[in-house]
Amino acid sequence: MTIPAGSLLALDNVYGGYGGVDILRGVTMTVQPGEIVVIIGPNGAGKSTSMKAAFGLVNVREGRVAFEGRDITNWRADRLVKLGMGFVPQEHNVFPSLTVQENLEMGAYLNPKGMRARMDKIFGIFPRLAERRRQAAGLMSGGERQMVAMGRALMAEPRMLLLDEPTAGLSPLFIEQTFERVVEINKLGIGILMVEQNAKQALAIAHRGYVLAMGENRFEDTGPNLLANREVAELFLGG
Amino acid sequence: MYLADFLQLLVYGVISGSILALGAIGVSLIFGILRFAHFAHGDLMTVGAFCALAAVTGLGLPVIAAIPFAILGAVVVAVGIDQTIYRRLRRTAPVILLISSFGMAMALRAVIQIIWGTQDRVYQSGIQLPYRIGDIVLQPAHVWILAGTALLVAAVHLFLQKTSLGKAMRAMSDNMDLARVTGINAERVIIWTWVMGAGLAAVAGVFLAMDTRLHPTMGWHMMLPIFAAAILGGIGKPYGAILGGLIIGVAQELSTLWLSPAYKPAVAFAIMVFMLIVRPQGLLGGRR
Repeated sequence: MTIPAGSLLALDNVYGGYGGVDILRGVTMTVQPGEIVVIIGPNGAGKSTSMKAAFGLVNVREGRVAFEGRDITNWRADRLVKLGMGFVPQEHNVFPSLTVQENLEMGAYLNPKGMRARMDKIFGIFPRLAERRRQAAGLMSGGERQMVAMGRALMAEPRMLLLDEPTAGLSPLFIEQTFERVVEINKLGIGILMVEQNAKQALAIAHRGYVLAMGENRFEDTGPNLLANREVAELFLGG
Repeated sequence: MYLADFLQLLVYGVISGSILALGAIGVSLIFGILRFAHFAHGDLMTVGAFCALAAVTGLGLPVIAAIPFAILGAVVVAVGIDQTIYRRLRRTAPVILLISSFGMAMALRAVIQIIWGTQDRVYQSGIQLPYRIGDIVLQPAHVWILAGTALLVAAVHLFLQKTSLGKAMRAMSDNMDLARVTGINAERVIIWTWVMGAGLAAVAGVFLAMDTRLHPTMGWHMMLPIFAAAILGGIGKPYGAILGGLIIGVAQELSTLWLSPAYKPAVAFAIMVFMLIVRPQGLLGGRR
């Protein structure tokens, strides 16, 4: 397969993993501009690994990764940020000893011009962060930390955001709020690729989804179709 | 024991604590970012002290005016070692970096001995009239050391809190992987960390030589109390290093009221061991 024209992000038949063992065995996926795409699947399916392979954090042994048509296979993270990609890790995704505001400033490290205006925009999306701007991020709740982490990634003005299980460990209320924020961020024109355990809720807001198993593509369809797919429901959505 | 003796020792403790603090800030920053105890830090102090000596004897400068030469020399040496040696070892276990820094410490000392010999030297011979404040005696050099340290500590504080490079250093010390995915160019920040650590070490070396005298092993002998200061304050925490330096300095001087001065290093060592047992994260909660 070749990289489809006009795609924002594309993984083309990617093999790779940590050390010598391949976790990904031919993963292929695309994100079109303006889309929310969700990756679901059982534990060990290679969901997070696919995302990390896209962001140069996992060695891609074979296959290609492209951003806006440009080959970025195995690029270093700071180059990808410069190019317009943002990544929010699942854990340890804030700088605990820095304040909320300093965390956001770090997001604009490569491009500090007009930082204030961008920060105000992010405080508009996450009003809670404006209230807590001088607090150390390490002292915040899991849900608030997730907001700091997303805000930090948005400070670099990405056109594509990779979110690794943004709702992991959050209370139901925060899970709902997080998904609402994801939709809001997407409406700014930012493409989103998201790995999620809360598959039903995630597919409900997604344009498309991929189901991975054993490091390979299993299903690929629109969000509603995957939700309605009986096989997917039985295997991966818990009935 | 008279109160005057006590106060005099307290003043000496703050002076030697200032020198320790300047060295410990660098050790702490480097540990926070590169995760290894930099054993050649004391010898960077020596490099700084001797570069200042070269400017004093070669250009006839007063020692305070020679400090920029000390900083320049130590920074060039530190960044040079980092880029040629430590950089290749970044992906290996931290203990390998530690051992290689031990080797660099010996190499630096040997080079200094080859160039300047092994005898004691001073920047300025002759007697300087001390200031007297009540019963307390203060040498002019001590005033420079106290004022210079206060100025540098304030500058370090402003740098870490207000500049984006300083904040990036704190961010890298918090979480190197996250700093990378945030887009911070880690290698650039590492180089600036060496510039800062070596610059402060150079000033500490000049101050130490002003307080005592120059010798190729002068910095090496400071490593134990400097590590003790960094651990006491919380390794990876520059503010802790300042606090730790002052406490170790004062404790060492006050111990001479009861113990022979030869036991000063033992006092620092005892505090370090005690701290590692009861509160390994240090006073300000650094890394274990």
